[in-house]
Amino acid sequence: MKSIYLDHAATTPIHPDVVSAMVEVYQNAFGNPSSIHQYGRAARKYLDNARETVSRMIGSKPNEIVFTSGGTESDNMAVLGAAFARKDHGKHIITTKIEHHAVLNACRYLESVGFDVTYLDVNQNGMIDLSQLERALRKDTILVTIMYANNEVGTVQPIREIAALLENHQALFHTDAVQAFGMIDLDVCETAIDLLSMTAHKINGPKGVGFLYIREGVQLVSRAHGGEQERKRRAGTQNVPGIVGLEKAVAIASEQFLTKIDKYIGYRKTLCHVLDQHHVKYEINGDPEHYLPHILNLYFPGIQVETLLMNLDLAGVAVSSGSACTAGSVEPSHVLTAMFGKDSDRAYSSIRISFGYGLTEETVEEAGKIIAETVNRLTQS
Amino acid sequence: MDKAPGDTRVVVGMSGGVDSSVTALLLKQHGYDVVGIFMKNWDDTDENGICTATEDYEDVARVAGQIDIPYYAVNFEKEYWDKVFTYFLTEYKAGRTPNPDVMCNKEIKFKAFLEHALALGADYVATGHYARVERIDGHVRMLRGLDKNKDQTYFLNQLTEAQLEKVMFPLGELTKPEVREIAKEHNLATAGKKDSTGICFIGERNFKEFLSSYLPAQKGEIRTINGEFKGYHDGLMYYTNGQRQGLGIGGPGGPWFVCGKDLKKNILYVAEGFHNKALYSEGLIAANVNWINGLPEDKSLKCTAKFRYRQDDRPVTVHIKTKDKVKVIFDKPERAITPGQSVVFYDGDICLGGGTIDLILNQPEGDHFDFVDSTLSS
Repeated sequence: MKSIYLDHAATTPIHPDVVSAMVEVYQNAFGNPSSIHQYGRAARKYLDNARETVSRMIGSKPNEIVFTSGGTESDNMAVLGAAFARKDHGKHIITTKIEHHAVLNACRYLESVGFDVTYLDVNQNGMIDLSQLERALRKDTILVTIMYANNEVGTVQPIREIAALLENHQALFHTDAVQAFGMIDLDVCETAIDLLSMTAHKINGPKGVGFLYIREGVQLVSRAHGGEQERKRRAGTQNVPGIVGLEKAVAIASEQFLTKIDKYIGYRKTLCHVLDQHHVKYEINGDPEHYLPHILNLYFPGIQVETLLMNLDLAGVAVSSGSACTAGSVEPSHVLTAMFGKDSDRAYSSIRISFGYGLTEETVEEAGKIIAETVNRLTQS
Repeated sequence: MDKAPGDTRVVVGMSGGVDSSVTALLLKQHGYDVVGIFMKNWDDTDENGICTATEDYEDVARVAGQIDIPYYAVNFEKEYWDKVFTYFLTEYKAGRTPNPDVMCNKEIKFKAFLEHALALGADYVATGHYARVERIDGHVRMLRGLDKNKDQTYFLNQLTEAQLEKVMFPLGELTKPEVREIAKEHNLATAGKKDSTGICFIGERNFKEFLSSYLPAQKGEIRTINGEFKGYHDGLMYYTNGQRQGLGIGGPGGPWFVCGKDLKKNILYVAEGFHNKALYSEGLIAANVNWINGLPEDKSLKCTAKFRYRQDDRPVTVHIKTKDKVKVIFDKPERAITPGQSVVFYDGDICLGGGTIDLILNQPEGDHFDFVDSTLSS
């Protein structure tokens, strides 16, 4: 059976250089970075280097980086930590309807304990309206959390403008950059972001490790109680090999930043071209200008997305839909629903294709053919 | 079966039970291109967020992993509600005892699921039913499963030859103990799992309670066939012909058995003694009759029939009235025939088809229906 992986927005294959870097730590530096002896110091050195590299990449200081177990922990740490730390300044939080569940469900939890949350709408391109944000801002707004780029449709939000809008407001600005990281030139200093989440496994790093950037001076309430690691901001012995893997992945992503963008824009064109050649009816969900090049969300009118995904899997092409599916209960994508409304069939007829490491022009073309033939077969029958 | 097994895609309906697990395993061992599908037909998520479907799907995932086949889940809740559950409630409302398993096979497993499987490029679908499919000279017939205790053709009586052409029942040649043995031998995750009992959407819950949450129950009188008042019933839908339990009739005489209902007057009729003549009938009228291999040419035929699952066959004569309606005359009077249940016809091991018992006949040649069921004919 063929296997073509086009689901790099879900997770990515680990880069061989990342594996090598991690193996080196596993073999040479098993120590606990908090220990005072040579073993601890050896591990600590890896940790310091990683923090240094990562901070350089995003324009922060090393002490502003807190390593975590990944995107969900980073998002929770930021949203819950900021809300509880600033609850005396107000109870109002602003987010969007298209956030990842790590932010959305954290906000819902905050609502259940007395916070007041505004969920901003998005237009059909998945873009928020800055004037709606401006109107939503209140004196007692303590946190604005808006994702950098959406993981399902790839729409990139006007992060600079949002940050500028909040410049003279007490509200902290958190952005979930889990999907955007490595595809966008991030600079937290220039952009006035207070909190930024990221995870390694979306950029060919290992699973179970990520970081939260916390601007110097920003106080968060910690949800985990334990040791004094990460400047008392995140208790628990650091996952040193994972963090070194993250460091390597970040370095590679930065090196290949521009070539990757060109490559994925090329893949998008190729894939759409193959669909056109096969006379497939489709539309792109997302913003035509502000998008992540590696995410291509396609709407196929008349297609039942579950059937399409199963057929593509049986043909060896791995893609996904935004809908969460447990034991056959399909929950339509909250992102597409926010963009097109509850009654739209888009949420039931769209797939997400995402490109990444290891693909070639030829495999993308081959996948395009399989997708085209499958869609045509299913819409004709 | 012209294609080589390796080129033949068989989509297996996997419930998370031992039967469908072994079905998938056997097909895989025969070299077929096997795909497992879990059907979610009913949502029973409780207040703790726990749903039996989630647990069952976990088992499907484990077994599919063990035998190395791809697996997916599909949702037929809407189809099930519209076609099976609505029918189930309508029948109970009409005072009858429906058979949701028959309807589920007809509308879900061999319709919605079959269509879905075909959309996945399936050449066949397979289920863990104990029945056999015989393919001779381009004709497909359904035979009883070899395990006489488990034979499930009764529930499959609404299938057509066109559907059976696309169906495999790999367990038909096996007995249940053999199936369990195979599961154990291969260490399948579901090897020790208990068989599910009762109607799938009710599960282990109290039937009366379940039904009362969907249908209003109206208390009424219990009377003997001679009109004598014997007490009160909780609602006609809770009783079925031949039933003894739950009547609450005390005093001298008895035991008492349900022998009919008058829906208009909301009266439950009972008769004294297991072999009371009022519990016996000479024949029945069946509707929605399906002939698996097409309508028989003769206007009447002698064959055997089952009036309920796991009953021995009874010799009968079937008189064909219309293409989906028959009159069935029993060789010997039969006790506690139940409207709403299936009557299924057999010629030896061949299942000919079946229908829904609509009316009970008390006189061998006449068309006079028993008074106790007369309201159902209107």
